[in-house]
Amino acid sequence: MGNIGVWKFIGRRLLLGLATLLVVSIVVFAATQLLPSDPARAILGRDATEQSVNALREELGLDRPAVEQYWDWLTRLVSGDPGESFNARLPIMDYIGDRVLNSLFLLVLASVISIPLSLLIGAYSARKRDTAFDHVSSNVMLALASLPEFVIGMFLVVLFSTIVWQVLPAVTVIASGEGPWNHLDQMILPTAVLVLGAVPYIARTARASIIEVNESDYVEMARLKGAPEEVVLWRHAVPNALGPVFQVIALNVAYFAGGVIVVEFLFNYPGIGGALAASVRVRDIPVIQFLVMVLAALYVTVNLAADLATVLVTPRLRTRLK
Amino acid sequence: MTQAVRIEGLRLEAVASGHDIVDEVELTIAPGEVLGLVGESGSGKTTVGLAVLGHTRRGVRVASGRVFIGDTDMLALPERELREARGKLVSYVPQDPSTALNPAMRIGRQVVEVLEFHDFGGSDEARRARTAEVMHEVLLPSTPDFLRRYPHQLSGGQQQRVGLAMAFANRPKVIVLDEPTTGLDVSTQAHVLATVRNLTASHGVAALYVTHDLAVVANLAHRIAVMYAGRVVELGPTAGVFDDPGHPYARYLMAAAPDLGGEREMVGLPGRAPSPGKRPVGCAFALRCELATEECHVAFPPPIEMRPGRMVRCVRPGAVPDRTKAPPVVASSSTVSEKPVLSLRDVTVSYAEKQVVHDINFDLSPGECLVLVGESGSGKTTLSRSIGGLHHEWVGTISLDGKALAHSSRDRSVDERLRVQYIFQNPYSSLNPRRPIGASVARPLMIAGVDEKEADRRVGEMLERVSLTAAHARRYPDQLSGGERQRAAIARGLAADPEVLVCDEVTSALDVLVQASIVELLAALRRDLGLSMLFVTHNLPLVRSMADRIAVMMEGRICEFGPAHDIIERPQQEYTRRLIADTPKITVNGHKDHPDA
Ligand code: SF4
Repeated sequence: MGNIGVWKFIGRRLLLGLATLLVVSIVVFAATQLLPSDPARAILGRDATEQSVNALREELGLDRPAVEQYWDWLTRLVSGDPGESFNARLPIMDYIGDRVLNSLFLLVLASVISIPLSLLIGAYSARKRDTAFDHVSSNVMLALASLPEFVIGMFLVVLFSTIVWQVLPAVTVIASGEGPWNHLDQMILPTAVLVLGAVPYIARTARASIIEVNESDYVEMARLKGAPEEVVLWRHAVPNALGPVFQVIALNVAYFAGGVIVVEFLFNYPGIGGALAASVRVRDIPVIQFLVMVLAALYVTVNLAADLATVLVTPRLRTRLK
Repeated sequence: MTQAVRIEGLRLEAVASGHDIVDEVELTIAPGEVLGLVGESGSGKTTVGLAVLGHTRRGVRVASGRVFIGDTDMLALPERELREARGKLVSYVPQDPSTALNPAMRIGRQVVEVLEFHDFGGSDEARRARTAEVMHEVLLPSTPDFLRRYPHQLSGGQQQRVGLAMAFANRPKVIVLDEPTTGLDVSTQAHVLATVRNLTASHGVAALYVTHDLAVVANLAHRIAVMYAGRVVELGPTAGVFDDPGHPYARYLMAAAPDLGGEREMVGLPGRAPSPGKRPVGCAFALRCELATEECHVAFPPPIEMRPGRMVRCVRPGAVPDRTKAPPVVASSSTVSEKPVLSLRDVTVSYAEKQVVHDINFDLSPGECLVLVGESGSGKTTLSRSIGGLHHEWVGTISLDGKALAHSSRDRSVDERLRVQYIFQNPYSSLNPRRPIGASVARPLMIAGVDEKEADRRVGEMLERVSLTAAHARRYPDQLSGGERQRAAIARGLAADPEVLVCDEVTSALDVLVQASIVELLAALRRDLGLSMLFVTHNLPLVRSMADRIAVMMEGRICEFGPAHDIIERPQQEYTRRLIADTPKITVNGHKDHPDA
């Protein structure tokens, strides 16, 4: 891309993303400060003496002014050191690095399956608009979209793991240090829940977008120019249908970040969802902060990518960049 | 001469209901001939145009008939051959190039593409050369830089030229043009029309020119076919059809068409053409035709050859409905009174901090109709919105009966707000779609504090005043036709018993007959109620029959101002002269452009 405007756009959006993350970091930090109980007390338990609690507070640096704590945390985070877990007394990456990786794997797997699948369904229903297939798939999508993940999850468990058939594991048992990719059978249900949650949205947007493009004057014009159907589809329709689809994909990947927490809980999957819940329980502030920042970074990155992709396929937006 | 196009017994119907959209269409076009296919919206003219390319839109199917291009029946071609014929044998120029060009493709590619589909010249080299040539033919640059542009980087006129370039690229035998100049300003339209005329003539291309605008085809087409409710009701040489229409509907069309060249009142006809499924047995025009007899309701009249080459489908060909005998326009005698009702002094309007209208001064006398005419972007609407208090960014003085008005209508007194009424191009701007018409019309009365019973009575009165009935008060805006909605919006304006009516392009979304009837209505209101009117439009011909004085706006200034007759007959400014010259006229001396005249 030799277009300076596009680079400037990327630069601007990156700055904006960083600013967003900065704001998130302040909010997260402030929120963890407001947690009702004292982390030192939470770690040592109810019976610890005032003295030992104070000693621990000092050791953890909790006695310093909040601004100083924040600054210290932020500078270290930026330099790549998220700090130590209060609870495990281990560097955070050693403590939950695996779990971040596990969740990421789940998320990527769900995206890689759901995106092409929903585009196919969307495109096919658009093509078969108002046929039985279209009606059935629309209704199924609508039903799926209105069900919360845990309901879908339970249903799948009942169907495949417990009462009806017992073909898939109902919980994941992945020891730390073992990649989830070594247990693909255990990945099926968690992934399926996420996929079923996302497909309706992407597919519906894809369908609407393709229908709109298909009814557009320029697609009719292409046919009247004598364009073969493949050319109509790939040259005239698809590039113009991509913009809205990118946006909804980004939304859904961001949604996965939240969905992952529910799904992990449901299947006892060793990911960040479990880690986050556990950390909140024991007031493991550094871990909470780190995980929230990871989620925020994911969110920002995905949206940035979608905006960039949209701009690249939309000349009207692209050429406006100076 | 063998015909380039031969349409035989064409019937197209709605897939779902089987209702006829178009029926019994028989047309021919000779090589090099331009046939104007004229009709209002919903008449089926575009459907016929597309059928020439063997194309039907979603929900429409060919029921019977044949469309020959030379010896090829476009409706019988298998998929593959149909594709080969489209864009090569017969091509299409769309109505709105801004939506018909692919926004994500460079225009050069879009032209080259149509050559590639049909393997023009056999090599990329030849296709590049042909692209440059055809760009030249439609008077566009063919520099690499220009070809690399995207559609949105072109002006409307340039976009339509790209449309023409795509259509002419493969040197087709036939070209279908679907209102290709809608939305272009008159000078651009004039250029595009000249290009079409030259290319069809010099390459011997047969053209089907689909339009609702009689003035455009009057100067372009050799023959005219008039469509009503899916049927061709009249067909003949342009001069003949214009001078002496044989079908009553065609007569109404001519009488309703605004014409810069003719000195006559516009005559309108309320109502609308019946849509597919609601068409009566017999002549579909019978519902509105004042000449209708028993016979007309029995069957659709067979074609009658009124004169050689003149086909009319009416049981009384050549009969003249009384209403269409339009009186000539009486030269306006309005004198400028000393006491203007509305006056503007040094009014300068900005839009987003940019000055768009500069130093406007004029007075509107009681009972006068002042027309503000200008092309898009001239600032006419911004100015009129400022007068209506809908746009606030202005300086200077706008006064009503000598009293300066506040910038925003919110800061004006109730009385002031009621006395100046603004009527929008889009009636939905003043009619709440979720409330019955009556409630919307009563709004100004409520503001004025009129009690409910009195308001009800007034609403009924106003609706009747605009030729609606009191029953319309209970209907919702979307249950009305476009013309009825605009009438309701006018009734709402009248309910306040205003002194000044500001009409912003109020007819531009309407069909010719309905437009004329709205113009008639406004004229009657002026006459009967003594209303002063500021009529804003881009449509110069429309002005002729109603304006006392004209203010021509260009780039935010009034460049010429004076009595309507003087300005149209003896324009002083170069800009006005060009505007008038570029505007197509129906009444041209003897139609001398036409071979058959
Ligand atoms: S056939 Fe009858 S109703 Fe139809 S236009 Fe002629 S006179 Fe009027």
